[in-house]
Amino acid sequence: MPKLSSPSTSFGNLATPAIQPSAPGVFLEDVSFAYSDEVIFHSLNFTVKSGQWTCLIGPSGCGKSTLLRLISGSLRKGLSGEIRFSNGNRYDGLCAWMAQKDLLLPWLTVLDNVCLGARLRGEISAAKHEKATALLEDAGLGAYSDALPSELSGGMRQRVALLRTLMEERSVILMDEPFSALDALTRIKLQDLAAGMVKGTTVLMVTHDPLEALRLGHNIYVMTGRPAQMSKAIIPPGPPPRKPSDPAIVSLQGELIDRLEGLDRT
Amino acid sequence: MNLVRLIAIAVGLVFIWQVIVLLTGVPPFILPGPLSVAKAALTHRGPLFDHAMTTLFEIIAGLILGTLLGASSALFMITFVPLKRWLLPVLVISQAIPVFAIAPLLVLWLGYGMGSKIAMAVLIIFFPVTAAFYDGLRSTEPGWLELARVMNAKPLAVIRHIRIPAALPAFASGLRVATAVAPIGAVVGEWVGSSKGLGFYMLHANARMQIDIMFAALAVLAIVALSLYLSVDRAMIKLVYWQKEEKETEI
Repeated sequence: MPKLSSPSTSFGNLATPAIQPSAPGVFLEDVSFAYSDEVIFHSLNFTVKSGQWTCLIGPSGCGKSTLLRLISGSLRKGLSGEIRFSNGNRYDGLCAWMAQKDLLLPWLTVLDNVCLGARLRGEISAAKHEKATALLEDAGLGAYSDALPSELSGGMRQRVALLRTLMEERSVILMDEPFSALDALTRIKLQDLAAGMVKGTTVLMVTHDPLEALRLGHNIYVMTGRPAQMSKAIIPPGPPPRKPSDPAIVSLQGELIDRLEGLDRT
Repeated sequence: MNLVRLIAIAVGLVFIWQVIVLLTGVPPFILPGPLSVAKAALTHRGPLFDHAMTTLFEIIAGLILGTLLGASSALFMITFVPLKRWLLPVLVISQAIPVFAIAPLLVLWLGYGMGSKIAMAVLIIFFPVTAAFYDGLRSTEPGWLELARVMNAKPLAVIRHIRIPAALPAFASGLRVATAVAPIGAVVGEWVGSSKGLGFYMLHANARMQIDIMFAALAVLAIVALSLYLSVDRAMIKLVYWQKEEKETEI
């Protein structure tokens, strides 16, 4: 299997977004959380809009990742207040998770990595394999389904991680800086791919990159302080993924950077 | 390349040995030269082979049993956390007693046959395998576990599909150590009481001042141990293909 240093230019046909007709919104009501003595959230109220892509941006260590973990249900100790999904369910089986590290298992092939969730729940079937194969084709990775992760470049690995997230068919996708380890060009390609494939799903993404937030977010929130506070929503014009060269995006990016810089000084 | 170096080292050592024997004029019943050892090995190749097979069988049986025991106790400790608090001290205490000290007991209990030798090998192997595998099972990448949790993974599936494969590189290095020390167990067992095996043959030759035969048996033992180690090492590299390269042993 050849080792590709850069991904192919086209990601193939993106006509198969995982449409979730009634992806739930997420409501955080009066949420408080503390790590031992440090209060991260105090009476936080926040809504992730249903079926939209919401971006959280803010200085390191302000609690963005903690918020994702609270919503995913991996952090429950020390949480008070209510985290609700608009379809009435709680936690289990609602969220899919994508992290900065691709977290691919090095002993599994690309195809088996994409099917990991089904395997871990004991639901693996031929239909799942077929679906994963189709997703890999769509993402331009069809030739690599039998390859091991170690044979792939960083961008390709993160694409596999994205497909693994989509395979879960969850109605809420939580992303923790998923593209931050990639070079600028690969990152933009992957953002386009992700925006096409998750259409209609509720997404909450933590990022450090203002451009990324402005390209992908229907709503952008700046998160600051301790306990953390949310800014008003920034709503960039036009549907995502927006062009990096769009003048509105360029000027908003300047504003957003100034704002983050201002926070850095205080 | 490695093989060439290995042979060069072996030839060099044998050469130095021969030179020492020639220069010091040491009597052959103290230190025979390599040539007379080779001659003894050739003349006694029949019994040497038989005894080597016995020892090899003891080592392999000990390895298999010890590895199974070690791996399952590591798995038990990771699956049933409360058990760990009781089992771990027992393991450590068991290592504080030198295996050599209980060898006579084992012979008394299990007899002069292979049983006591296999038990010795198991005892000596058990700890490195358990410790290494347990360590590997405990240090699974937290991101993988968090991912599995969000995926609603079944607990046993997490152990089977994530924790165990992730721990196999550590297990492989434990198994390497075990393979290196297993012959000690078997040979010590044979010294204490037996009528077969290279350890017995060495004692027997020693008692009759047939030092050349003793050295020949020693050389055969070294060859058996080394080839066993190399085979296990190669097999681990092949089977646990995701282990990092620096973990491969270079000889």
